[in-house]
Amino acid sequence: MTVAIDRATGKRVGDRGSRPGPFQRLKRGYQKYWYAYAMIAPVVVVLGGLVLYPLVRGLYLTLTDANSLNSARTIGVNHIDATYKFIGFDNYKDILWGPTSYDRFWSHFIWTIVWTALCVALHYCIGLGLALLLNQKMRGRTFYRLLLVLPWAVPTFVTVFGWRFMLADGGVINTMLDAVHLPSPLWLEDTFWQRFAAIMVNTWCGVPFMMVSLLGGLQSIDATLYEAAEMDGANAWQRFRFVTLPGLRSVSSTVVLLGIIWTFNQFAVIFLLFGNTAPDAQILVTWAYYLGFGQQPRDFAQSAAYGMLLLAILIVFTSFYRRWLNRNDQQLAI
Amino acid sequence: MSTTTLRTSPADQVPTGTKPSARPRGRGRRGLLGSLTSHGILIVASLIALFPIAWLVFLSLGPDKDDYLHPGRIWDKMTFDNYTFVLQHTNFFEWMKSSLIVSLGTTVIGVLVAATTGYAVSRMRFPGYRKFMWVLLVTQMFPIAVLIVPMYEILSDLQLIDSYVGLVLVYCSTAVPYSAWLLKGYFDTIPFEIDEAGRVDGLSPFGTFFRLILPLAKPGLAVAAFYNFITAFGEVAFASTFMLDDSKYTFAVGLQSFVSEHDAQRNLMAATAVLIAIPVSAFFYLVQKNLVTGLTAGGTKG
Repeated sequence: MTVAIDRATGKRVGDRGSRPGPFQRLKRGYQKYWYAYAMIAPVVVVLGGLVLYPLVRGLYLTLTDANSLNSARTIGVNHIDATYKFIGFDNYKDILWGPTSYDRFWSHFIWTIVWTALCVALHYCIGLGLALLLNQKMRGRTFYRLLLVLPWAVPTFVTVFGWRFMLADGGVINTMLDAVHLPSPLWLEDTFWQRFAAIMVNTWCGVPFMMVSLLGGLQSIDATLYEAAEMDGANAWQRFRFVTLPGLRSVSSTVVLLGIIWTFNQFAVIFLLFGNTAPDAQILVTWAYYLGFGQQPRDFAQSAAYGMLLLAILIVFTSFYRRWLNRNDQQLAI
Repeated sequence: MSTTTLRTSPADQVPTGTKPSARPRGRGRRGLLGSLTSHGILIVASLIALFPIAWLVFLSLGPDKDDYLHPGRIWDKMTFDNYTFVLQHTNFFEWMKSSLIVSLGTTVIGVLVAATTGYAVSRMRFPGYRKFMWVLLVTQMFPIAVLIVPMYEILSDLQLIDSYVGLVLVYCSTAVPYSAWLLKGYFDTIPFEIDEAGRVDGLSPFGTFFRLILPLAKPGLAVAAFYNFITAFGEVAFASTFMLDDSKYTFAVGLQSFVSEHDAQRNLMAATAVLIAIPVSAFFYLVQKNLVTGLTAGGTKG
């Protein structure tokens, strides 16, 4: 009955060594762990009902040809039953190597990878730079910090509209570019500039989180390490390289993973910035949404199949990331 | 709790650790030049951070819907008409009601359901622990595209499309596992000795949790609640798909409705955006210091 504090004593207690028969084991396990299971029960129930069940249903949908014309629906008082049928893996086949697979899936896939990599790299580098600056003893740093956190404090759906005003043709950004005789691109219409604008806006939205997290990490690095490095004659760069960066490793690996997941799944920025007007700037998530809800007829099956593929990509990525961290003796903080 | 000690004490120490590290000789020069550059960069960065918001506020004062194209003219005719119009003649308060119902509902359910789980995974190692943690992690990375189609089907089967309950249920699918993660991190920072003391005094694990740990964990619960609130408040995809009646829109959807029509009422939109942003950001500033320490509690501990 001392399960509650097992953590203090070390590793897993449920080591399945040589134990008597399965029933006995089950019984003993129940006696020993029922507290734990009772405590996680609410979440298990919620996850089962709200995540697992829809997921299984979604998985089934991806194996059908469901769209808004053959799904169950109610028109006025008439209820029409679903007539879609099972078609096996055709959706996946169509998405991954069908005749339009490049235009529809792979081009968006490449852009999503580029988008995620660039955004997270920018978030991290700018965030780290600002965190280092804010970590110095200087006048007004609380004030700077407050201002710099602003993009995070305001809901994304509000700020993205602000950006839309600024990026509009004839908006303030182009006016300023005109004033210094630079070309003024069509931010919201031209594919390259749409992508550029999307990355810019997302970077603006995402830096504060990185900055604040890394600042927390910087402040938890033991100051005596810097003194020791100083005694050994390390210069500023060496102190950064051999004290700061290793000290930040655990925070970094966590926020980078979170950043990758969030950016990969970032819906609001692109959806609100372009709506349905920019087929080439859509990342996979917004593209999947477009297939399922932005067009007529709505293609539920394909949209769900995109969702499954996205989830698969993320799970594979995270597994490798974790394994890589473990190999380097690091752990994820989350 | 320990998060505060984490924050304050190193904050005082690190600068004193880095500052003297500048060699005595180079100190004066580097101090001046260095701090000038630092201030310069920080000022530029702050301006970039501030500008889009300030611009939105500025545009919201222009009475005409195309004023965003020639902002110079706004100076002469600044007015609060947009605000009065939004407050009196649009669904602003209905949207506010929806947003609050949905966000608060998600927050309350999310935190209540997740609290014991956070504690269990922080303190106990039971068979299936690793798998359970993996499931919690995986649910963090669900793209909305995974659940939105089946959820849409299920909710329409249950006649929950266009209802607050439906949207709260959908949000709980992310809020609950997320809160559990967050709370685990927070419970990890509460010393295990407290549990031991409670057990020695004859409390059951539940008793320990409710009588000792939960009161100590209030800041952590607050952080989790706040995260759930802002996540639900700012969610766009589900809200715009599942809420059809424009009196039930949340802010995130309502704001879009100004431009989705043929004439884009950008002035009203800007005013609404400002009205939404001010209370949320004010609230955010009150709690922002605790946010990240809550999120990466385990990480900053090193």
